[in-house]
Amino acid sequence: MTTALITEREQSLQQPTLRPLPLACRLCGASQPAAPAAICEECLGPLEPVYDPDRPLPDAATIASRPGSLWRYREWLPFEGEPLLSLDSGFTPLVESPALARRLGVGRLWVKNDSVCHPSLSFKDRVVASAINAAHAFGLDTVGCASTGNLANAVAAQAARAGLAAWIFIPHDLEIGKVVGTAVYNPHLVRVRGTYDDVNRLCTQAADRYGWGLVNINLRGYYGEGSKTVAFEICEQLGWRTPTAVVAPMAGGSLVTKLGKGFAEFASAGLLSGAAPRLYGAQADGCSPIVRLVESGGEHVEPVIPNTIARSIAIGNPADGRFAAQAIRGTGGWVAGVSDEDLVAGIRLLAETTGIFTETAGGATVAGALELARTGRFGPEDEVVLCITGNGLKTVEALQGVLPEAPVIAPKIRELEALYGRDL
Amino acid sequence: MAVTFSLPTVLARLADGQSTIQASGTTLGDVVAQIADRFPRLAPRLRDDQGGPYPFVTYYLNDEDIRFRGGFSAPVSEGDEITVVAAIAGG
Repeated sequence: MTTALITEREQSLQQPTLRPLPLACRLCGASQPAAPAAICEECLGPLEPVYDPDRPLPDAATIASRPGSLWRYREWLPFEGEPLLSLDSGFTPLVESPALARRLGVGRLWVKNDSVCHPSLSFKDRVVASAINAAHAFGLDTVGCASTGNLANAVAAQAARAGLAAWIFIPHDLEIGKVVGTAVYNPHLVRVRGTYDDVNRLCTQAADRYGWGLVNINLRGYYGEGSKTVAFEICEQLGWRTPTAVVAPMAGGSLVTKLGKGFAEFASAGLLSGAAPRLYGAQADGCSPIVRLVESGGEHVEPVIPNTIARSIAIGNPADGRFAAQAIRGTGGWVAGVSDEDLVAGIRLLAETTGIFTETAGGATVAGALELARTGRFGPEDEVVLCITGNGLKTVEALQGVLPEAPVIAPKIRELEALYGRDL
Repeated sequence: MAVTFSLPTVLARLADGQSTIQASGTTLGDVVAQIADRFPRLAPRLRDDQGGPYPFVTYYLNDEDIRFRGGFSAPVSEGDEITVVAAIAGG
């Protein structure tokens, strides 16, 4: 007897169809049928899925009884029917950190730990789980992305197990952990000379020409909705209530925007107690177009050329920067820009106080939270959640030469005592 | 100055299906104005009411975002390639 190894996609072909929701333009409201398309044909604005306001919604007990993944919130994800692929993403730990709360001078603090999100150890697994189901539903056999690293890992991993071909475009000089963490899944991996914004332009043209399902380009309306599940999980894990403040890193600006949407949708469904949390965003000083937008009070992002070690959030022309600024302003939140030195210190502080090793974007979040606390944005009554979106093992370069080198000794007690004395 | 102007599919439909158009001008604004005259249905997708680019449409002059080159005032040279990209994606 032999056992056949079949892919998720082959399995799913025998199951009921998943139907992506229709789309509407966020700017002009024009509607169009469900499709792998992200651009409004009327005004070129971004398309978003349209939910039936009368659809049946589950109560808290029903949600709590479902498997621990982002699909426990499927009524708020952009499909009708049951999800078929990537069923294990999301529902990451919410870890309380009294030590970090003391450092910030706030009442309580939790870390939303997406550094252990499955399958590729970043919050991008959430958005790809949504997008890859859309790709499958549209009958696309090739997916891909333009990525600063985490998304590359997530698309490559989830495409591999779904049995889909993948084309991944990244800047040529990404951290080795992110390159290896993509290449191991054997996608078509293309390193492009230039910044993420250069990669993005090429990838946008490729999506237009070849008809692939590029998750953050022509599947973007379905992709972005996966980010809302961070907000849903925070609320559920706090006991169906909101914190008073949430701090997240900002790259394209989508996460902050979708956090606001997620909190609003759960409140609208009657699932929450507590006011909408204030939203705060952090960027590295070397690439902080959204910070500048919020601080200036302007309406449109002024693009920048990135220059920071925080590669995963080095997007100089953030597509959702305008919407992120609106979400932050609308909740009474604010922004923080941090130096590369401070974000490295943030990585170390999170590790030393909370036992979580995050990548550079997470370091920016921690350092940003410290800056916001220092400037009086938080008070002792605040309950703060920090969104830690990626794993530190992907960006170990950031800590090279920073951590003390461990001594090497022979396996002799006398050598140990020679180093540390007799009173160990 | 003769230049090549490339459109995404969603806009090429408004230019008689042409995704690559030959045009001329001394600035990017001149080139856009010429193309807008030739393709009236495309015109309102290329420029807003004030005659500037929309926030969700990015113009590249060769490989550079025109916002780093003075926007529509950017001078163009013989053989330049102008690329219009609608809705740059998120990370």
